[in-house]
Amino acid sequence: MQSTTTYDSAQLVPHALQELREAINYRHLLFQLIRRDILTRYRRSFLGVAWTMLNPLGIMLVLSFVFSHLFSQTRAYPAFILSGLMAWNFFSQSTTSAMNSLVWGGGLLQRIYIPRASFGISAIGSGMINLVLSFVPLVIVMAVTGTPVRITVAFLPVSILLLASFTLGLGLMISTIAVYFPDVAEMYQIILTAWMYLTPIIYPETAIPENYRLFLHLNPLYYLVKLWRVPLYDGRWPIWSEVWPAMLIALGMLLAGWLIFTSKSDEFAYRV
Amino acid sequence: MNLPIVSKPIVPSSEEFVTNFEEAVHLETVSVRYRVPSERVRTFKEYFIRRLKGEVQMRTFWALQDVTLDVYRGEVFGLVGVNGAGKSTLLKVVARVLRPTKGRVIVKGRVAPLLELGAGFHPELTGEENIFLNGALLGFSHREMQEKYDQIVEFAELGQFINAPIRTYSSGMYARLGFSVATATEPDVLIVDEVLSVGDEAFQKKCNARIEAFRQRGSAILLVSHSMGTIETMCQRAAWLDHGILKAIGEPLQVIRAYRERGG
Repeated sequence: MQSTTTYDSAQLVPHALQELREAINYRHLLFQLIRRDILTRYRRSFLGVAWTMLNPLGIMLVLSFVFSHLFSQTRAYPAFILSGLMAWNFFSQSTTSAMNSLVWGGGLLQRIYIPRASFGISAIGSGMINLVLSFVPLVIVMAVTGTPVRITVAFLPVSILLLASFTLGLGLMISTIAVYFPDVAEMYQIILTAWMYLTPIIYPETAIPENYRLFLHLNPLYYLVKLWRVPLYDGRWPIWSEVWPAMLIALGMLLAGWLIFTSKSDEFAYRV
Repeated sequence: MNLPIVSKPIVPSSEEFVTNFEEAVHLETVSVRYRVPSERVRTFKEYFIRRLKGEVQMRTFWALQDVTLDVYRGEVFGLVGVNGAGKSTLLKVVARVLRPTKGRVIVKGRVAPLLELGAGFHPELTGEENIFLNGALLGFSHREMQEKYDQIVEFAELGQFINAPIRTYSSGMYARLGFSVATATEPDVLIVDEVLSVGDEAFQKKCNARIEAFRQRGSAILLVSHSMGTIETMCQRAAWLDHGILKAIGEPLQVIRAYRERGG
């Protein structure tokens, strides 16, 4: 416990390091916040946590029904969509909830000291639990559509970790902006919709005309989603040239988000 | 609302505190400046246009100005002043929520603020689950809270309600649970911001007794109250804040008199 510690406001520790140290000290809080998210989300609903699995399954059914004709040459289209949607839902829901929990739950930050990044980290944490749970419907859908689950899924922890780093970095970055400009919360939903259609989630990469495909490479999520789908849906090991851009993007975003967030976080109690 | 006047415990006079006791909180010329845009600029577009024109005007005001004071282990220290005098800001500075704009704050040991009604509780979770959540907010692990669990439940007098979602609680039950958790963690510095006026008389007495026990064990308690009766009966020393400036500090009765004559 920190009972012997002395707090001195004049002590100048770099914010980024200080926040990291505190987040580790408060790991029990992160655990409790994640637990709270999971427990309360579906508490009043009859099916409870099963919704975590039913939700992507339902959306997958709708999308397969609507688009199966359009993308009929895509093998096992339902499995294709679901694998992409899992990654996308994790990304979009976690960033949104990181932002909202800081803006709306920020009242706590005015009353008690907790590491300010707690909300963002726990949002990504509960997103990851949902992500893992949604493997259940995926495996079923893959079995039904005749897509074998190969040994290459052993690569997925790396894919998840990279996607989570990117998500945390971006989540912290937009939370910082949203504290100053609450409009961003609304704007972000529109950006997300556009972003989803610009990323090969519900359509295969090959659906984009050759001469436009270059633009895909400007989209950071393209690399991260690809690294997700290759071992899962394609059933092959990713090649190095697919791995390093994703690593660079993910770690770069995490570092940038963390630095921006921690440099401003002392002001949050004045603003939120 | 006045607390029941209980006989004042026999304590050393304020001068003795200053000399004999170890300091728990040290504030050295602490100033806090809030910057508020004179009109709230909420959109990017507006912000950038105004920024370019140099029109973003910030009104600044000092919520605390050059406040220097010490709070010692083993005392209940009261803060009085009208609304907006800077009392809550001072508590936030001590609780590490706000970093002072100028000056220096030193706090020895662990601080626990007594959270206002509902803050830090989730309405859908049961009392039991909220105890662990609240404990984690104060920096305690599940196991550490497990050890204190029975004592917390007993003190809060919730009975069977401990397994019900706390949205079903009355405001008194909320307050009792909050007080039990915050004090069960045995902080070195306890911050009490006007929350003790909730709950019935019997519970208030219990709270006061626990605060007194804390004090005797060597904790420092910072107490904000609008009830002069509370300040008088519970505090060993008090301070009066007005517009962020420390106007008086010392014996509670003298501080209250100064506040009544010149301030409130």
